[in-house]
Amino acid sequence: MIDCSDAVQRLWDYVEKDLDGQEQASMEEHLELCRRCCGEVEFAEEVRDLMKVASKPHIPDEVSERLSEYLDDLEGSAS
Amino acid sequence: MPFRLWARNVGPGFVVLRSMAAAVSSKGQEVSRAVSVSEDRSFSEVAREQLPWLYSLARRVAGQRAEDVVQSCLLKAHQGFDSLRDQQAAPAWFRQILINCARDLHRKELRRVDETPLDETPDYTLYRRIADEDPLPYSESVHLDFLHSFTEDDVWNVLDRLQPKYRIPLVLVHMEGLAVKEVARMLAVPENTVLSWLHRGRKQFQEEMWDYAEERELLREQEGVRR
Repeated sequence: MIDCSDAVQRLWDYVEKDLDGQEQASMEEHLELCRRCCGEVEFAEEVRDLMKVASKPHIPDEVSERLSEYLDDLEGSAS
Repeated sequence: MPFRLWARNVGPGFVVLRSMAAAVSSKGQEVSRAVSVSEDRSFSEVAREQLPWLYSLARRVAGQRAEDVVQSCLLKAHQGFDSLRDQQAAPAWFRQILINCARDLHRKELRRVDETPLDETPDYTLYRRIADEDPLPYSESVHLDFLHSFTEDDVWNVLDRLQPKYRIPLVLVHMEGLAVKEVARMLAVPENTVLSWLHRGRKQFQEEMWDYAEERELLREQEGVRR
């Protein structure tokens, strides 16, 4: 049986489904009994989702204009 | 420029990428960057289509140097564009070149040995800190409220505070959906090194989230909204 300290160490591997069968089972066994570690898992999933949301394509207009000009220069220099 | 010389400049990964049939990450997730189906488009057309997400990725891996990194990436991509046989692979191809440029920018820091022990505070988690310090005493969902106080810009600003070797794997694995094996190949380091950087990166990211929220008074704003 693993304790909370072990569970915290394996938290992200559990969330990412990177644990092997036995580690996964011992983690789930612990989570059935530990409300706080269940909260840890849910929170880690939320943190991961927050990171995903912040990965949408986005470019400020002025940067887009400068890089477009740079592309024009590159094309111009090649022709 | 001869192909062999160009490939050396672009760095490892290119040879694999140029033969990719589709822009699919090794976890099987399709890269969500649309590429128009018509082939034989000009470099400028293909590159312009990639600019928004390319800048977004650069902003996350290179912080305030994002624009410089995108420019370096465009220059190298332009030099080697004739070698991109399958334009459907353009997103993965641009990504590898951009990561090579970011890696060049942070080369010294990526080589530096970790000075702090990995498990200096093994049980630290942001979840516990929020529970212990209870920054929003009137909230019934304090953990979620804490996370919801972060905008996309806030997340990017927190990433800026991380050391590059922790930031880059964190972005590639958790934001771009790449497998550790793929990231190790892109950064030319062993998988265990990526795993160690990821472990530290997640921890540092959450520590910095707390510090950032305090400095920017995000929690006070949240509390103000509630009252």
